[in-house]
Amino acid sequence: MIGLFLIVTIAGKRVALPASTVESVVEIDEIEAVPLVPRHIAGLFALRSRVMTVIDSSASVDGSRLERKDRTEAVIVNCEGHGYAILVENVDDVVQLTEPVMPCRAVLQPGWARVALGVIEIDDETLLVVDPAALVEGSEVSAAA
Amino acid sequence: MDELLVDFITETRETLETLASEIVAWETAPSDRALLDSIFRFVHTVKGSCGFLNLPRLGLLSHAAEDVLADCRAERLLPDAALVTAVLAVIDRISALTEALESGEAIIDDDAQLIAALRPGAAAPAQNPLFAPSSAPAAAEPETLAQDGEDETGGRMVSQQAPSAPARGSPRSIRLPVQLLDRMMAGVSDMVLARNDLSRRLRDNGADPAIDAAFERLTLCIGEMRESITRTRMARIENLFSALPRMVRDVSAELGKRVVLEIDGNDVELDREMIEMIRDPLTHIVRNAIDHGIESPGDRVLAGKSVHGRLRVSARQAGNQIAIEAVDDGGGIDADRLLAKAIENNVLSAEKAVGMSWHAKLQLIFTPGLSTAQNVTSISGRGVGMDVVRANVERIGGLVEVDSRPGQGTRLSMKVPLTLTIIPALTVSAGGHQFAIPRSAIDELVRVNGVSARLGDLGGAKVVNIRGRRLSVVMLASFLGLESQRPDDQLTMVVLKPAGGDIFAVAVDEVHDHEELVVKPAAPALMATGIYAGTTLPDNSHPMLLLDPGGIAQMAGLLGQSVEADDIIPAAGVVVDTTEPTLIFRDLDNVERAIQLALVERIDEAPAHSIAFSAGRLRISRDDKLVPLMSCGPIGDRASFRVLRMSDGNMSIAYAISEVIDIVPMDIACEPAIEPGLVAGVTLVDGRPVELIDIHWLFAEASRDDIGPAHQPLCLLSDSADPWSRQVLLPLLRSAGYRVTFPDHADANEADIILTGAEADDRIERARDLPMIHLTTHRDDSRPDRVYRYDRKGLLETLRRQTGGRRRAS
Repeated sequence: MIGLFLIVTIAGKRVALPASTVESVVEIDEIEAVPLVPRHIAGLFALRSRVMTVIDSSASVDGSRLERKDRTEAVIVNCEGHGYAILVENVDDVVQLTEPVMPCRAVLQPGWARVALGVIEIDDETLLVVDPAALVEGSEVSAAA
Repeated sequence: MDELLVDFITETRETLETLASEIVAWETAPSDRALLDSIFRFVHTVKGSCGFLNLPRLGLLSHAAEDVLADCRAERLLPDAALVTAVLAVIDRISALTEALESGEAIIDDDAQLIAALRPGAAAPAQNPLFAPSSAPAAAEPETLAQDGEDETGGRMVSQQAPSAPARGSPRSIRLPVQLLDRMMAGVSDMVLARNDLSRRLRDNGADPAIDAAFERLTLCIGEMRESITRTRMARIENLFSALPRMVRDVSAELGKRVVLEIDGNDVELDREMIEMIRDPLTHIVRNAIDHGIESPGDRVLAGKSVHGRLRVSARQAGNQIAIEAVDDGGGIDADRLLAKAIENNVLSAEKAVGMSWHAKLQLIFTPGLSTAQNVTSISGRGVGMDVVRANVERIGGLVEVDSRPGQGTRLSMKVPLTLTIIPALTVSAGGHQFAIPRSAIDELVRVNGVSARLGDLGGAKVVNIRGRRLSVVMLASFLGLESQRPDDQLTMVVLKPAGGDIFAVAVDEVHDHEELVVKPAAPALMATGIYAGTTLPDNSHPMLLLDPGGIAQMAGLLGQSVEADDIIPAAGVVVDTTEPTLIFRDLDNVERAIQLALVERIDEAPAHSIAFSAGRLRISRDDKLVPLMSCGPIGDRASFRVLRMSDGNMSIAYAISEVIDIVPMDIACEPAIEPGLVAGVTLVDGRPVELIDIHWLFAEASRDDIGPAHQPLCLLSDSADPWSRQVLLPLLRSAGYRVTFPDHADANEADIILTGAEADDRIERARDLPMIHLTTHRDDSRPDRVYRYDRKGLLETLRRQTGGRRRAS
């Protein structure tokens, strides 16, 4: 996997999302909560005329909930025909990489291991590459909560 | 021109276009099965449509070609070059006739030769159909459509039909890629939101009348545009269903059957694309139901069913699917015969067939080349159809299911995905959230006010009593884990009637508005909850979820029963709002009477010996059960007669009649009778007075004194050898509603009372410590417990008293 990566902050960590999966980055103002859904589903959000399902990335990774002040920026992705807005704490940068994604050798926490695709090196910093589809899916823990 | 005809022309033309290359390929490889199949399906479809559109020439041609091709498929005939040429000539003619339908041109009619050429040994026909150049015939009345079927032999010039169409009409429809329409729809939706935003800003900045007027105009334009763009994609399923009554009428007339068609769910809207995709499958299913499902009137009567077969076609939106069902109350599918046929046709090996469930056997109906039809008719029955139906429905991501019970009927359901739907919905709120509820599922709205609707608690479960009807309640807010913002007595009840489920009520905080909402499927994680049917974006641009009433009922534990037998037989629906299907019959006293069909479970032929006078009334036995038999008068000495079986859900009764006359939709309103009795009132049917049976009175009368055998006191007759006891006393007791036993019988110990005639037995029987009645032969024996044995009244009175009034006084 070579190419563009979007560097965002999820659950307090800087991670990379493959830019090819990302439609756009938007500001989110109002989220309509939805009862009786898994914990990582934050609600619904209207992006112009499209209804997006909002994903709480934090809940998806470690089961915690994003604070209200952090619910402002979202990455729009499309999974199996449905649009999702993945809430992220911060959108930092877009980087172009020439190196391929390397397998991750460290033992990750289960929540991270589930969403990780590999690691990339940027300016001496090692970043986890995260699969947006896995974030959308949510973990067993969050589903049970 | 008739819309259906236009559809037929377009469809046939398109199929011919796609088929063109296959026809050529078939010519070079006549034995190729796949090519043969697709050509066969084409002529089969044309045949089906013709029967229904009344196009006899096309019908004859396609039927003939289908016959030959069916023989090829069954390998009774080997396709050779001559046959291929003949079939191609027929297909060319079909194509020419189809074009002629639109242009109104006349085509020379040498169809008979073409048809003759199809048969083996025939000389090859003229290579190309002759287009007879002619002046277009004068525009004819629509009724003359294809009325030229009477004499179609020879080279007579006959026009298939002559609609008032422009010469060589260019079609007034074009095809567009769906993606383009989607982009247009999204664009218009965005435009609406931009308009709303602009409107807010204009309001905030104070109004300039000139800008306001311009803005109004813009609003109007956008509204109209949205409407028309939406219509490009969506259509009411009515478009599909509107063709059914005529089709059912024609098909049933041809087959000599009587069918009452009920259509439900006309206002369900779905994607035009979908409607087109399910048109053929539905046509097939409905034809099959009439041809193979519903029996002839004679057979139906013999089977104890009403003369009219019932076919109910319904559409409803369930979850993220549209379910279309055709339910008939016909003979059902004989799954075992299907299996036998499958083995015979080598579709299935005999080993595999072992241990197949009924359901699995039924699924064989979808196997290509299998049909249980005895006769080939022009309607259906050549083993084509159900496999095509399944292929078509599955291609659009749908599902076809069959369920059938022999003798009871068949249910075929198609489920197609809801790609995009406009649903009339009610918006409500509960616990601060807004939701939409499909209007189709809503029965009524009732505000809890303590008068007509009272909310109560029943063992922890909430129930609401609406005008005497008790319904389970789902408190929507707490059900969703939210906090209701209103006290219980200020809630509004939305009474829901999910398809296939029991009626129940959902308590909501507030009801807002009726809206037409564009519903799209929600993300899988939301659908997985089972209570949402989709998402929608109303004009206020706050996304909203559409609730799934069936799902809520299921989650709340209000349903979950599987399909029961009485689910297969559709409940008698209301044909027209104010009328009910009503059964008119001739009663035993030769008076015409009527009864609501919904209350009649079935009509039976009952032999006289199935009737017994027991427990004080006439009863009829069936399936080892005694049911009270009511009648307007004495039954007389007929060998057999008809009975109407009715049930109020709790008890069953039978009503003896002379004969069934008809089933008609009837307004139940009538001139009331002067005093309560068997007849509720009188009404006019076709100018004849018909008395309407008072069913309430009938059930009241039947339950007045209905005691099951277990509650009948048991009389022990002490002297089993005494002929008088056996032959005189016993029948008297039985007819009075008592059971009888003798000392040497097994149930003697359970006796409630002893009847004895001889003094000698006294000591023995006293030991049983039971009340005892001594029957004496002396009229004036006045000792207690002594009853003169022919004092019927006294005997029964004493019996009643002695058995502790176990038997209620009648």
